[in-house]
Amino acid sequence: MIDFVSQLPILMIVLPLVTAPICVLLGGRQLTYILALIVAWCVFAISLACLIQVNQSGPIHYEIGNWKPPYGIEYVVDALSGFVLMFVSFLGAIVLTYGKASIDKEIPHSKHYLFYATYLLCMTGLMGMCITGDLFNVFVFLEISSLSSYALISLGKSRRAPLAALQYLILGTIGATFLLIGIGLLYQMTGTLNMADIAGRLDVENGGRTLLVAFAFMTIGLFIKMAVFPLHTWLPNAYTYAPSVVTAFIAATATKISVYAFIRLIYGIFTPDFAFNTQPLDSALLAMSLIGIFIASAAAIYQSDVKRLLAYSSIGQIGYMLLGIGLVSVGGLAGGIVHMFNHALIKGGLFMAIGCFALRIGSVKLDDLRGAGKTMPWTSLAFTIGGLGLIGVPLTAGFISKWMLLTSSFEAGRPQVAAMMLVSSLLAVVYVWKVVETLYFADPSDAAAKAKEAPMSMLVPLYVVIAATVVFGVWTDWSAGLAQQAAEFLFTGAKQ
Amino acid sequence: MISFPIIRVITKIIIPYILLFALYVQFHGDFGPGGGFQAGVIFASAFILYGLVFGLPAIKRVAPVKVVEKLIALGLLIYAGTGVATMLIPKSGDGGTQLQCKFLDYEALNHSIEWLGPLSGQHLGIFLVELGVGITVTAVMTMVFYAFAGREPVKG
Repeated sequence: MIDFVSQLPILMIVLPLVTAPICVLLGGRQLTYILALIVAWCVFAISLACLIQVNQSGPIHYEIGNWKPPYGIEYVVDALSGFVLMFVSFLGAIVLTYGKASIDKEIPHSKHYLFYATYLLCMTGLMGMCITGDLFNVFVFLEISSLSSYALISLGKSRRAPLAALQYLILGTIGATFLLIGIGLLYQMTGTLNMADIAGRLDVENGGRTLLVAFAFMTIGLFIKMAVFPLHTWLPNAYTYAPSVVTAFIAATATKISVYAFIRLIYGIFTPDFAFNTQPLDSALLAMSLIGIFIASAAAIYQSDVKRLLAYSSIGQIGYMLLGIGLVSVGGLAGGIVHMFNHALIKGGLFMAIGCFALRIGSVKLDDLRGAGKTMPWTSLAFTIGGLGLIGVPLTAGFISKWMLLTSSFEAGRPQVAAMMLVSSLLAVVYVWKVVETLYFADPSDAAAKAKEAPMSMLVPLYVVIAATVVFGVWTDWSAGLAQQAAEFLFTGAKQ
Repeated sequence: MISFPIIRVITKIIIPYILLFALYVQFHGDFGPGGGFQAGVIFASAFILYGLVFGLPAIKRVAPVKVVEKLIALGLLIYAGTGVATMLIPKSGDGGTQLQCKFLDYEALNHSIEWLGPLSGQHLGIFLVELGVGITVTAVMTMVFYAFAGREPVKG
């Protein structure tokens, strides 16, 4: 009989990976949905179990095929990856729970079983990038998640969706190729692909040009995947034209996983000393993230499509996570990590609310959403609470992460960064208010006046996520507490 | 191209050899150069050649889109299923103890077919995995051909 406890790390990846082809073989709409849903929640339960196990007894290592590392592929669940796995699988499961009605409306019924299969594959890829301790495996899973997300985005109803997916495909492939070039160079220098083994063998002090080039390629590659400001051009179109469910899932998870991979890269392989002292990555990160926050937030203000508005806001929010990394302190890193979590909840919730509007009103243009607050009060309320979280109002999750970033930027002796963060929050106030004002205080548009409230099947999961943003704004043991542990783990690991 | 007799006849003659060569590359892949990916591409090239010469409707009678789509999934399922199977079958450790195997630990496949020799598990494992790869690659290549060949000409 199978001993489940020892196999948990691999089951987290294999379960969705096996279910995806089963979905294709079964076909049909209802059955595959139920199957995908059960598996998504199972994966969440497993990741939760792993996280608890990590908290009690330290990192879990799993050797695939019983090949000892560094020869074989090793999966590692530690404080950081456990935390990220937990919230990625949670959002994957909750978005799928929420999505039935929206998927029924936005995606052709004949393609449903393929949609669920691709969704599960995307989840596999994202979780795999997170759990693996093998550098080449990171690339493989990055490709699995990217390819499936291109397919998911191209399912959008608008005819521009395939174009947006192609745009993402081209840039995403460049990003992945850069990452692969970097991995190749590291392999050439060390002769191994296991991350811990590379870290042990890599001579960061006398690495010379090869090391520098590898570092540059991998950094830029990941910057493209996480849509950091000057390399963000694929993101607004991809988020705008993808089906609502896909936008909610990808916006909440995909870019964060790249941030996670970036953190791993710096702290697990290149060492912070090389990245921040030998190379000026910290100043570069601070500059890029601050410029990104301002320009993306300013661009968000001028959008007439709410999905696009939130997409620009996502680009800005990635800036806060990088800001945390760029501050080079335990507090800053913890702030960045907890912002990954909080922003996943907030943006996931906001895009889920937008999905409700898209279902009932049929459009997410600001003009069509006018006065929807009267006919769809619950959805509008959820959007408003989520928007407050995005701004960082106290008692919401957004406040916690911004507070941690603020205090650590003062501690790092960079009050000007803190000041600019506060000013940038005002920009968030402007674009969130713009939507809220349209929802509540404008004369109803024809479509909004006829709209009904979203179905319960969508509202309940939506409110679970929105409630989570409030809960984690007050009770921070499982968000900021875990992020703090993860950051401390990374810093002590880096010093050894 | 169906109107060219030479092309038609030559195609019909060489297709069996292409398929046979693909199977050789597939099943000899454990011992020599080759393996599932290469074999899959060669196997699919036979289908594609048939499609090029006899047209899309003819090849779709041989390999219907629905079947090809399911084969893509089947191949992946064989691969991953092998891994799951290794987790379900315990391997015998020292003194007759039953050990839990890890994902894709081929030693789990050992004891069920002892007469194949000491490394039978390794052999069976890689055989199944490569079979999965071969099936998926064949199906994907054929599907890619369908996707390009079946495109409506852009008007205007």
